[in-house]
Amino acid sequence: MTDQTTDTRMDATRPRASAAHKSSGLLGLTGKDLGLFIIVALLTILAPFILNPFPEGSALAQFNGGYPDLMQRFVIFGIFAIGFNILFGLTGYLSFGHAAFLGVGSYAAIWMMKLLTLNVIPAIIMSIVFAGIFALIVGYISLRRSGIYFSILTLAFAQMSYALAYSVLTPITGGETGLQLKATDTPLLSNLGPTEIGRANFFGVDMRASYEMAIGDWLFTFNAGYYIAAVFMLLSFYLAIRLFRSPFGMMLRAVKSNQQRMNYTGLNSRPYTLAAFVISGMYAGLAGGLMVAMDTQVGPERMFWTASGEVVLMTILGGAGTLIGPVLGAGMIKYMENIVSKINDGILHQWFAFMPDGIEDFLVFVIHPFIGKGWHLTLGLLFMLVVIFLPGGLVEGGQRIASVFRRKETKTSTVEKSAAEQQQHSE
Amino acid sequence: MGILEVKNVGKRFGGLQALGDVNLSVKENTCHAIIGPNGAGKSTLLNCLIGKLIPDTGSVMFDGQSVLGRKPHEINQMGISRVFQTPEIFGDLSVFENVMIPCFAKRDGSFRMHAYESCDAETDIIAKAEAMLDEVNMLEKRNVVASSLSRGDKRRLEMAMCLSQKPKLLLLDEPTAGMARADTNNTIDLLKTIKAKGELTMCIIEHDMHVVFSLADRITVLAQGTPLVEDTPENIKGHPKVREAYLGEAEV
Ligand SMILES: Nc1ncnc2c1ncn2[C@@H]1O[C@H](COP(=O)(O)OP(=O)(O)OP(=O)(O)O)[C@@H](O)[C@H]1O
Ligand SMILES: [Mg+2]
Repeated sequence: MTDQTTDTRMDATRPRASAAHKSSGLLGLTGKDLGLFIIVALLTILAPFILNPFPEGSALAQFNGGYPDLMQRFVIFGIFAIGFNILFGLTGYLSFGHAAFLGVGSYAAIWMMKLLTLNVIPAIIMSIVFAGIFALIVGYISLRRSGIYFSILTLAFAQMSYALAYSVLTPITGGETGLQLKATDTPLLSNLGPTEIGRANFFGVDMRASYEMAIGDWLFTFNAGYYIAAVFMLLSFYLAIRLFRSPFGMMLRAVKSNQQRMNYTGLNSRPYTLAAFVISGMYAGLAGGLMVAMDTQVGPERMFWTASGEVVLMTILGGAGTLIGPVLGAGMIKYMENIVSKINDGILHQWFAFMPDGIEDFLVFVIHPFIGKGWHLTLGLLFMLVVIFLPGGLVEGGQRIASVFRRKETKTSTVEKSAAEQQQHSE
Repeated sequence: MGILEVKNVGKRFGGLQALGDVNLSVKENTCHAIIGPNGAGKSTLLNCLIGKLIPDTGSVMFDGQSVLGRKPHEINQMGISRVFQTPEIFGDLSVFENVMIPCFAKRDGSFRMHAYESCDAETDIIAKAEAMLDEVNMLEKRNVVASSLSRGDKRRLEMAMCLSQKPKLLLLDEPTAGMARADTNNTIDLLKTIKAKGELTMCIIEHDMHVVFSLADRITVLAQGTPLVEDTPENIKGHPKVREAYLGEAEV
């Protein structure tokens, strides 16, 4: 999928049937997949450290992303993008309405918390169930068309859902203001005081509970909500790897590659695409449910078309059809949204203070449009650069860098060369 | 009664009568060649057999059942596979995956939700696909992206994909076009071997008379949408009408 013109061997997203008899592996994952999963798991668990590399109070501290709110966004949007990639990356069907499933999941979750229990697990389960049912309906209708017409149909559904949530369905959705947990809510299974506002919990553990660890000037925050979301992300990621490597995943790639051939080979592409659509809708629902589990509120803007567009950007930026790409893309966009948008002129002046005044002012003037509210501009430019120079997304960038290193190494000895080629073979 | 019975099939594209009144009967385990000049309607006829087109008139019976009104994947599951005139393969997938997919379709039917099992664990499918690729001498290209194959290799791959399904009826639309002479001969040998096993009925469209006369048990000559003659290869060779309509120009 990434650079077929230069490399006719298969990339990492393909099953290595040739290696079948060699390794059975841990958790049903083999070789590179297992390595990738372990790395992602470690990064996720250690994120509070990794994302806070700069000491508190230092000039670079604003680049620290290791606070609970942002870390939660990383993993939740990671789930959203992983699911979206199952549909778009594998089958090539570009849905422009996936935020609708995110929204439906959120509404389902908040109602569970209002009515039944403040424990997040039932809420999350219901968010997946409702999003799945809704995706089944939307997918059944939208998948009658392909290409741009499919995209438009999904967009229409999402905008209809947004409009309904915003106005007509106000009794269920809270209209413009959305829904929050209130003192008047009395969940069946949670014993709340008469004026107490419920807090989301995981079998008694408050989602907002955080443990702060100070080492020297550094401050690391370990948040319960983040870790619960992270576990769901790892589970989602694991299931996605399994799906990519399964016969079902192969069929989805066949849909993208040549649907005609698929049909004349005796396979009915419709249920395959519908199943992919529903699965990715359920991933979106899970993300929506987790959002509610973190901040116990939801509004209709969560279903707005820009939210659907965002997940498309995430997937393409990171690398559609690759395993890790969507997660990278989601992280990148959320990081920029939260960090680049915080940088202001004052901070810039501080950075460039060592320069002569004229140059300092000039630099600030030049950079100004790209920071603060201008972060969209930076993102847009980055997106354009990636699409033009790295059609395979950030993952392709990584692969190119890796292959440069590999080439350097292989020059040194022919033995290593054949080994590397063999590795490429098995990729 | 043949395994394939085409009766009075007609197909019109706007003002063009692509198929007039085609009757065709193919006996089980034989090879039936359809020859004719460009634009005679040969591919159109095959399109009517596999559900790509629905004929305006007539009936198509396969194995005692009508194929008309069935979806392409249902017709394939009945046992008809087709090699297309321009290779239809999964270009983004590896050669090996291209052969695995029809094996899955044969074993699991038109849809199966096996999203958790690993492809690497499907040892029977892998073995089948390997054997098939070996048969067409493409095993060493198993990891190549199919779109980067040569035209001849794409055809061989497509043939392997169809054969791996062990179809009852194999439709071949100019299977050796674009192939080097040696590959053409290999293809003929392959098809002969499979034919000798007596488990496959073939319907082949071919401009290369060497291929036709090597394989065919019966030949139908199609011109302007209507069959001119149907006979054994020996008789077709000497048939004046055929020489005039088709073979004459082919032998120049
Ligand atoms: N889908 C279609 N729409 C309109 N016209 C078509 C269509 N398919 C085929 N035709 C026309 O029908 C006639 C028969 O075409 P067909 O492809 O069956 O010929 P053929 O015998 O296979 O020729 P060749 O040897 O060149 O492959 C041609 O004139 C062609 O232009
Ligand atoms: Mg033709």
